[in-house]
Amino acid sequence: MSQAIASPTLAAIPLRVPVRELLPWAIFSGMLLLMLLYFVGAEQGATAMFSGSYLHEFLHDGRHLLGFPCH
Amino acid sequence: MVRTLLVRGLWVGLIAGLLVLGFAYLFGEASIDRAIDFEEHAARAAGEPHGAELVSRSVQSTIGLAVATVVYGVAFGGIFALVFAAVSGRVGHHGPRVTAALLALVGFVSVSLVPFLKYPANPPAANNATSIQERTGLYVAMVLISVAITIAAIALGRRLIPRFGVWNATLLSIAAFVLVIAGVQLALPTVNETPADFPATVLYQFRVASLGSQAVLWATLGLLFGWVTERNLPRAWSAHAHTATPAR
Ligand SMILES: [Zn+2]
Repeated sequence: MSQAIASPTLAAIPLRVPVRELLPWAIFSGMLLLMLLYFVGAEQGATAMFSGSYLHEFLHDGRHLLGFPCH
Repeated sequence: MVRTLLVRGLWVGLIAGLLVLGFAYLFGEASIDRAIDFEEHAARAAGEPHGAELVSRSVQSTIGLAVATVVYGVAFGGIFALVFAAVSGRVGHHGPRVTAALLALVGFVSVSLVPFLKYPANPPAANNATSIQERTGLYVAMVLISVAITIAAIALGRRLIPRFGVWNATLLSIAAFVLVIAGVQLALPTVNETPADFPATVLYQFRVASLGSQAVLWATLGLLFGWVTERNLPRAWSAHAHTATPAR
């Protein structure tokens, strides 16, 4: 990007987060967020950590409309 | 910096989830109701007893739908922010607004559209409840494969840029993506369980509403996250200038 060097305005410099700052966040919050998706999409469906089917029934319409396999 | 982006992703995701809720409620609920009518009609015809409802339809279609879409939106907002933090300034040298918009477009195609083409969203009673394990496995596998092929296609495109230029390298990597995805989708097993007398219009309307919800989600994430990040760029940048390396 030779133009960017020629005129280094602030907006032309993309945000760049160092890997060692990103990694712990990506691992811990990434896992948590994927867990959330699991609970919305598949808990008490294909697999279950809790018994019963209340969660499945409660989130039922969302599961169908958000594209998760249901019944 | 990551914390700022993540928190922003979460609240942008919350707003996206609320918009998805509105869209899904307005355009999706009618077809769910009609699918459940079909299901009950078929159950009565088969002489099955009507089972007691654990959660009433009025809760499922309002609070239940709201919790599902908002949690889904928040989760995707957070993941979007983390991926944004990883690719910004590395994959392409655009400002936050363009980076977020491109990321949302790629996310929509890779996470939503491509899996939808093989294993589309289905209304109630369009599948056998007993095959849920198998279908969930296939769906998750399709999403993961699609994301992996997307990453590979972007890596390929970047390697082709010095030889073919940005435009042609992009076209070539998209062509490679389409070819590999087509091969994978041909190879993966087809799920076709919808009863022959299931109303086609209900299936169609439901699927359009479902895909539309995904479009609302990704469009909101991309445009809102990008706009807010671009607006806050100078402050964020100066707070970080001592560690970050400017673009080459
Ligand atoms: Zn269902």
